Amino acid sequence: MEIYLLILLIFMIIGSIIAIEAKNLLSSVISVGVVGFCLSIAFLMLGAPDIAITQVVVEILILVVLIRATITMDNTAIEEGGGTFPFVTSLIFFGLFLFFAFFALLEIPRFGEPLMRVSSEYLKTGPEKTGATNIVTAVLLDFRAYDTLGEATVLFTSIVGAFGILRRRGRKHKREIDTEKVGILEDADIKKDFKGF
Amino acid sequence: MARDVDKEIRDTSKGMTSIVKTIVRFAMGIIILFGAYIVLYGHLTPGGGFSGGVILASAFIVLTLAFGKDMALGKLGDKAASILDNSGALAFAIIGLLGYTAGYYFLNFIDHGTTFELFSAGIIMPCNIAIGIKVTASVFAIFMALSIFGRFISALVEEEE
Repeated sequence: MEIYLLILLIFMIIGSIIAIEAKNLLSSVISVGVVGFCLSIAFLMLGAPDIAITQVVVEILILVVLIRATITMDNTAIEEGGGTFPFVTSLIFFGLFLFFAFFALLEIPRFGEPLMRVSSEYLKTGPEKTGATNIVTAVLLDFRAYDTLGEATVLFTSIVGAFGILRRRGRKHKREIDTEKVGILEDADIKKDFKGF
Repeated sequence: MARDVDKEIRDTSKGMTSIVKTIVRFAMGIIILFGAYIVLYGHLTPGGGFSGGVILASAFIVLTLAFGKDMALGKLGDKAASILDNSGALAFAIIGLLGYTAGYYFLNFIDHGTTFELFSAGIIMPCNIAIGIKVTASVFAIFMALSIFGRFISALVEEEE
């Protein structure tokens, strides 16, 4: 099974390199999608269907958003001739990374080898303590529910931030428009804005 | 009702072609059913509030892409999305606070019931439902914010003009 995982990982690395190097924005978005779907298959093979479902669903959503955002944009990347200095610096840092990663990777245990004490405790006592058969949900919403509340708060904050930043109209001058709701604008307003854009 | 949908499908000025619209019309229910299943059975099978909520939100996003944003905003308006988002987060926190009735914050105070039954596992199922509602509303709101505030200079908006 590990050989299939290795093939998937190599495929993901190739996809990421294409995503960085592709001149066309749309093809690089599609390569990002390839990486995400390979990641979800890898999660499935490692026996984590929960996270695989989430990965697939979020990947589809993000692909829709990204493709819709990029499809009408200026699609060509800026051509720039890389000098020798960036190349040499990145080479030096890559060498340093390999040097330290070699010693670091010697130390780590085998793949999935020692089951940690906390997680083995969850596996043992989870079903009887919570009554849930899906241990992932039991950990998320029972043992670690407070963390999940923090996660929900992060999502909430991101929405507040998105609405704050993405508003097209500032709130500096007090006009009649400013007293409107800050939420989603009316169609007529958007069309007016597009004329001026 | 059905006639309205037929008229909407034949109307080619908004959204995509009638083939896409017809397929979306049949697939919508199935997608929503699947999302609700993922949310409700989160404590028994893989899934949970977040992934189910994103599936439900993607049902509305498919509706937006196929029928244009007026139709989707008619089904789940901006005010409704905001209220659902806030009330989902609030419900989750209140369920946590109700744990104080038996001891401490986020205590699983409801009876656990029999394992492998739908109504079991105490507070996990209400929490999943709260998170599912919250994620549905917020992901859809982010999509609509991106789409409507004009950061997508999208072909759809230009066509409508």
